[in-house]
Amino acid sequence: MDNALGEPQTIVLLGGTSDIGRAIVERLLSPSARTVVLAGRRPDEMRTAELERPGLTVETVAFDATDHASHEAFVRELAARHGDLDVVVLAFGVLAEQSELDDDPVRAAEMVDVNVAGAVSVGLALAAQFRRQGHGRLVVLSSVAGERVRKANFVYGATKAGLDGFAQGLGDALAGSGASVLVVRPGFVHSKMTAGKKAAPFATTPAAVADATVKALRQGRRTVWVPGILRVVFCVFRHLPGPVWRRLPLG
Amino acid sequence: MAIERVTLTGWGRTAPSAATVIERSTRDVGALVDVIKSFPARGGIARGLGRSYGDPAQNGGGAVVVLRDHAHEAVIDHAAGTATVPAGVNLDELLRVLVPRGWFVPVTPGTRFVTIGGAIASDIHGKNHHLDGSFGSNVERLSLLLADGTVRELSPTSDPALFWATVGGMGLTGIILDATIRLLPITTSRLSVDTERVGDLDTLLATMESGDRYFRYSVAWIDPMARGKHLGRSVLTRADHATVDELPPKHAVDPLAYHPRQRITVPPLVPGPGVINHTTIKVFNELWYRKAPRRRVGHIESIPGFFHPLDMVGAWNRLYGRAGFLQYQLLVPFGAEDALREVLERFAASGAPSFLSVLKRFGAGNPAPLSFPAPGWTLTVDVPTATPGLRELFHLLDDLVLDAGGRHYLAKDAHTTPEAIRRGYPRLDEWRAVRESVDPTGVWVSDLARRLQLC
Repeated sequence: MDNALGEPQTIVLLGGTSDIGRAIVERLLSPSARTVVLAGRRPDEMRTAELERPGLTVETVAFDATDHASHEAFVRELAARHGDLDVVVLAFGVLAEQSELDDDPVRAAEMVDVNVAGAVSVGLALAAQFRRQGHGRLVVLSSVAGERVRKANFVYGATKAGLDGFAQGLGDALAGSGASVLVVRPGFVHSKMTAGKKAAPFATTPAAVADATVKALRQGRRTVWVPGILRVVFCVFRHLPGPVWRRLPLG
Repeated sequence: MAIERVTLTGWGRTAPSAATVIERSTRDVGALVDVIKSFPARGGIARGLGRSYGDPAQNGGGAVVVLRDHAHEAVIDHAAGTATVPAGVNLDELLRVLVPRGWFVPVTPGTRFVTIGGAIASDIHGKNHHLDGSFGSNVERLSLLLADGTVRELSPTSDPALFWATVGGMGLTGIILDATIRLLPITTSRLSVDTERVGDLDTLLATMESGDRYFRYSVAWIDPMARGKHLGRSVLTRADHATVDELPPKHAVDPLAYHPRQRITVPPLVPGPGVINHTTIKVFNELWYRKAPRRRVGHIESIPGFFHPLDMVGAWNRLYGRAGFLQYQLLVPFGAEDALREVLERFAASGAPSFLSVLKRFGAGNPAPLSFPAPGWTLTVDVPTATPGLRELFHLLDDLVLDAGGRHYLAKDAHTTPEAIRRGYPRLDEWRAVRESVDPTGVWVSDLARRLQLC
């Protein structure tokens, strides 16, 4: 159970190596926290030391976003082992250069499989668990890239658009169940995932995204943009005529 | 009979969870047994009026049985000075029956809107704790519906272990069906109240220690935002039930007249951040202190005016806005006054906008393992959840309280840890053993029980 201060006891990070995801988990830790589960493809590569503290169990577990058939059992197993899941951060995802995808449709489809299909199947399994518990909060790391998809990374953008739509709809579907979904829309974030890429305007950091996310979670919000100004920027972008949008120097 | 999934919170409006809510009367035991049999895997818990601040009357994903009874089913035994009351009756309804007949409840908290079942399960206390003990100490017997569908008659002599595990047991031993409580005879519906302003904490503690025993009721309203030499400045009110000759002529005509009213109700649409903030509260606390008489003796006040001033404002919890609020209630034993002082200092220094807080001197405790009151001081402070730095402040206060040998009140708690409860209630395991003997499969469960790993 979360307590009245919004401090969860059990936290699950799907995408256990995600810089943003780990920064969020770190900020959710309190004397009430009992268990952190880091889930991902390569559990042995996940560092646990920086999260460990007295009274807290940090576990790693294998999770494959593309193995959709395993997701329901995965979630049930988590709940059987750790009790109610209070906060689950859905932070897995892959990002490839558009130029590499143009000649590799199979790889592009694989990205969709992880970023969208994987999130949908595990998201629905989590929603079912939240309904059984009568509470639970899912944090979905979306991106402004899905708000208006740009040509420079349109497959990635399309996956985030799909993810974002799913997460919003899931949040609406869960209204009245005691559970909720927070959709996080960061701009360009300096992290492992974007290392070597040219930063976009209003670039931010995992720490800033995590701060904004935890604040939004405690305020019971459903959407958070990081930085907040991007909400306005993308409101304008969404309504630009195609020829203008195409010509914008957005990398 | 409505059966639906409803999102519930406590009075603090924090940490919601959804449960199947079923409303029943305690008079229809057969229907209640059917309800227990139909509980989902996550079990069930009884709920009265939901006035606990945190999550004891919630059960996410499970069942919540809301108990409602009629006060006219209460049976008063005038010779014995007792009343046998269905557990779903609340003190508001009960007082309307009792007061005009010359009786008063043995213990009332700061609100009339608590049920008899809730009063026993939380073992609530009032301003007379130093003389009369807590609610459970004034229960002669009760009947309890167990997880297996049987009804058990309990009293402090017939089945003391289960009786005292149910008193303060937060509903986790079963559903209380009815109870026989000792009543207090009164000759008027008024109180004779002595009020004095006290400038600092030392004077306050000394005054309460030396003089409480001369009054049935005693409580101090502290300004938790006052600092430095004003730390602990307060308005001390002490009272006894007035006698007819103390009443002014207009009240003496009908000395037991009792007409509590709700003046206004806060509308559901208070702005998101609420209207409780640093400035409004600081001004309010200042005015409260200034308007209080320096010293006034024998002032005649009504029952609602003296005991239940906040009940005059319906749904006042909405004033704290969407994020809700917490009530921090702690106990430190006598001899740990330094810890009490430090708690007040930390509160004041934090700048948290705290509405008037309450300090009460407890008398002897009772044998219930999870009963909150024990000889010592109890302080209660309300704080909006959205207060910056509140987490750090509460974690620090928790350690201070526990290191001083104190504890937190389960009916108010919404933030502590299993460890804090284990330290604060050293007889927790004894209580668990009794509970397990009547509920081996864990039918009774609440969000509070899960969060604090009570069972």
